[in-house]
Amino acid sequence: MPIVFGYLPIAFAYGVLGRAAGIPLWGIVFMSVIVFAGSAQFIAVSLLDQGASAVTLVVTTLLVNLRHLLYSSALVPWVRGEKRGRLAWVAAELTDESFVLLSRVGEREGHLRFPFIAGLQGAAQLTWVVGSVIGGTVGSLVRDPVELGLDYALIAMFLGLLALQIRKWGDLVVAGVASVVSISMELAGADSYAVIVATLLAAGAGFFFNGAVSEEEEEAG
Amino acid sequence: MKLFLILMAMGVVTYGTRSLPLLALGRRRIPAPVRRFFRGFPVAVLAAFAAPLILAPEGTLQLGYHNLGLMAAFPTLAVALWTRSLVAAVFVGAVAMMLLRMFM
Repeated sequence: MPIVFGYLPIAFAYGVLGRAAGIPLWGIVFMSVIVFAGSAQFIAVSLLDQGASAVTLVVTTLLVNLRHLLYSSALVPWVRGEKRGRLAWVAAELTDESFVLLSRVGEREGHLRFPFIAGLQGAAQLTWVVGSVIGGTVGSLVRDPVELGLDYALIAMFLGLLALQIRKWGDLVVAGVASVVSISMELAGADSYAVIVATLLAAGAGFFFNGAVSEEEEEAG
Repeated sequence: MKLFLILMAMGVVTYGTRSLPLLALGRRRIPAPVRRFFRGFPVAVLAAFAAPLILAPEGTLQLGYHNLGLMAAFPTLAVALWTRSLVAAVFVGAVAMMLLRMFM
């Protein structure tokens, strides 16, 4: 399954960078178990490295993960009639990649079977956790992360995540507004709220700029 | 212990975003305007987070070639867009930064 192969190197990178940022191995692995969300975990590594407050960490995590509300609600019609316990399990491992796959099958079949969802997402998370363990272990062996450019690898990861998520002009506008607001606020010394305010303003700009998007397009995004 | 609690809280809010519609929404749907607003969040957070790290690394705006992080961003973005591979982008970014530090 491509999703499994795709997760391994990224989780590995997460583990290495997490160690480079001084997070203990158990914390790296525990985050992959309990949060299991790529962008949020990389941002958390960077925030922990900067010594950000707990509130900043939790609010930023919430903001970057709000998109799951869209995925979760899009799955509802395909899992109708499943027991609540099973739905709670499905929700726990929902990611961008698994949602894209599930929605393809859901649209074709009109229904998603629980063993299929649980198997797919379970394999994905297992890969993610194993990759984090390997990366964290290897990361512990790196003596001087800065000399290897590893401090920049995290920024490169953010750039890569951004590049892969920008598909339309509207996304570019969102990224632009977020950058300008966030930098302005940091320079003005209001850095603790910069990301939150910039995110809300930029998402608002996207609301007007993107106009009425078709539902399928929204859900696939 | 503190880290454990932070990670737990991160896990709880994340699970909330994943489970709320599946467990509570039933037949209703999230209203279209809300969906439109949420759509921009991942790009917005990432950009808001990364832009100062790259363009104002030491708390001041640095747009010249002395800003090595900015210089390394070009090959990183090029490779990300060209290969669509995060791993390739991270690798090229780190190597570019290493080389820039050695030679500049």
